[in-house]
Amino acid sequence: MNPRAYPLLATIAIFIVSYTLCALQFPTMFSTRVAGNLLTDNAYLGIVAVGMTIVIFSGGIDLSVGSVIAFSGVFIAVMLRDTNLHPLLIFALLLVITTLFGAAMGGLIDWLAMPPFIVTLAGMFLARGVAYMMTIESIPITDEFYTMLQKAYYLMPGKGRLTFIGVLMVVTVGIGMIVAHRTRFGTSVFALGGGENTARLMGVNVRQTTMKIYAFSGFMSGLGGIVFSIYTGSGYPLAAVGTELTAIAAVVIGGTLLAGGAGYVFGTLIGVLTMGLIQTYIVFDGTLSSWWTKIVIGILLLVFILLQKGLVHVSARRQSSHA
Amino acid sequence: MNRVLKRIAPQVITLIVLAALVSWFFPSFLEIEISDGRLVGPVIDIVKRGAPIAILGVGMTLVVATGGIDLSVGTVMAITGAVAAMALVNGWGVPIAIILALIAGLIAGIWNGVLVAYIGIQPIVATLILMTAGRGIAQLITEGRILTFNEPAFAWLGSGNLAGIPVPAILWVLTAILIAILMRRTALGLLVEAIGINQRASALAGINAKVILIAVYMASGLCAALAGVITTADILGADANNAGLWLELDAILAVVIGGNSLLGGRFSIAATVLGAMIIQTIDTGILLAGFPSEYNLVIKAVLVLSILMIQSPHLAREWALIRHQIARRRAAREQEV
Repeated sequence: MNPRAYPLLATIAIFIVSYTLCALQFPTMFSTRVAGNLLTDNAYLGIVAVGMTIVIFSGGIDLSVGSVIAFSGVFIAVMLRDTNLHPLLIFALLLVITTLFGAAMGGLIDWLAMPPFIVTLAGMFLARGVAYMMTIESIPITDEFYTMLQKAYYLMPGKGRLTFIGVLMVVTVGIGMIVAHRTRFGTSVFALGGGENTARLMGVNVRQTTMKIYAFSGFMSGLGGIVFSIYTGSGYPLAAVGTELTAIAAVVIGGTLLAGGAGYVFGTLIGVLTMGLIQTYIVFDGTLSSWWTKIVIGILLLVFILLQKGLVHVSARRQSSHA
Repeated sequence: MNRVLKRIAPQVITLIVLAALVSWFFPSFLEIEISDGRLVGPVIDIVKRGAPIAILGVGMTLVVATGGIDLSVGTVMAITGAVAAMALVNGWGVPIAIILALIAGLIAGIWNGVLVAYIGIQPIVATLILMTAGRGIAQLITEGRILTFNEPAFAWLGSGNLAGIPVPAILWVLTAILIAILMRRTALGLLVEAIGINQRASALAGINAKVILIAVYMASGLCAALAGVITTADILGADANNAGLWLELDAILAVVIGGNSLLGGRFSIAATVLGAMIIQTIDTGILLAGFPSEYNLVIKAVLVLSILMIQSPHLAREWALIRHQIARRRAAREQEV
């Protein structure tokens, strides 16, 4: 068994155990309703986290995603209000903008040889700043097509609603898995995460790959923004503050090494669902305060990082004893 | 002295250009009056309001110099503010409140330092843990409420004046001078830089890298505690949700604008506090100049990007290459002639 899969297996095990424990305490939690809501409520986070996973595979970080979500919502709301364009056309336009925005950040990171942290921090300011410049108020979206998207769901047995955005999130994770683990681009990303010089010597086009990575994350942030605007039915420049850190936390809980070069996109889905589960449990319990969510997520982060450290240590020891 | 001046020249020039720019839109920007025995004016306001960023920046500079980063400082501000407010509400007195807050900051620093130095977690992740959990801890201390108190002696730290100068301004200048002396008049600064350049090499050279790493994160925690006390004293209350929110990003930005490399190595505390003043001048200046505050973030982003471009090592190399090629072509042409 590949020791690299241990963190993923541990994540899945912890998710199953905690879901079972929750379901034992509140039997109603084991229903398609809760499962459907888990997907719907975390749809935007899951989509954004897929982009973040690819970025982290390459050893980078993208702080701009939360701001891009806010920008997307405001952009859609303003365009729907001021023009007669069809929402689908606006979506396409938005995805082009956010993808180019991501590619520009990737290009700058490689061209300036600057840490991704600070370049995407500037991107974070820029995206939210542009959102502010378009409006400082929350703009409601009252489009017929939007109402249709919001009401689009498949009624599962047990009256659970499998919504459009929930399905979109799962599909996105699937696409992310294919991109990361089954394409030439994905291999280049992992190579880059293993070490830039090594990757270059192996023939990876570092600049092109870096631009593609951040473009991919930009695309996912735009898609996450669309989903978020469907979910909330409005565009607000102060929306999704701090989502980037929640997404990073989900990726880490999903068993991906933040140093880059190793991990699984599927783990990120489990990471997102684990965080959603904590929130659902707190709602069900009713007596726990919401700040426990933050503390528990912090503790989970620590546990997973320690777990990974331990595994790396063990596998390094095993390798040296073989040699 | 000359070397220090040369090092901070870009930041000083930026600050002068910014001041000129703001004065153009708001002519009385540089005016300082004395009213009720204290200095009043936009510049004084900037120096006072910039205190939290400047103090966080001082601690952050040391962490960044070791090649690390401390994302938790904003949250630590919330925790220490909550601790101080709790002590005041319980009537334990001002000295105890301050001491408890500083201890809380030190503990946060030790936590981060141990995770980084002993367990070997990347600084960005190690401090992300406290950043995520910390606000929950602060809310646990305040029980989810905004703790308010009325303690004039404590409020003096945030809004009082000493010899006409706002106390927060005095506090950040003192912090910066104290840490700078500690770093530059002893070998500490050199050791910190050595770790940032190559931790393994410095350890092999006999530097106790682990202890210094922990000490650096403790210094950052202590600075965050001081900033937390000032903010709490200023608003006479502890707001676990909003105290110090996103200030860690401003602090990191101050360090970067100060020309310190995020990859570690050589650092300048004077340049960082100037960077903090640059950020505060932009924030206050945009408002004074009559721009809507919506423009703030975009202007900040453009400024950061321009500074990054100027600092970029790649760009300098490419520029040198172009100049080299031009010189060679010219030489070849002269030979033909």
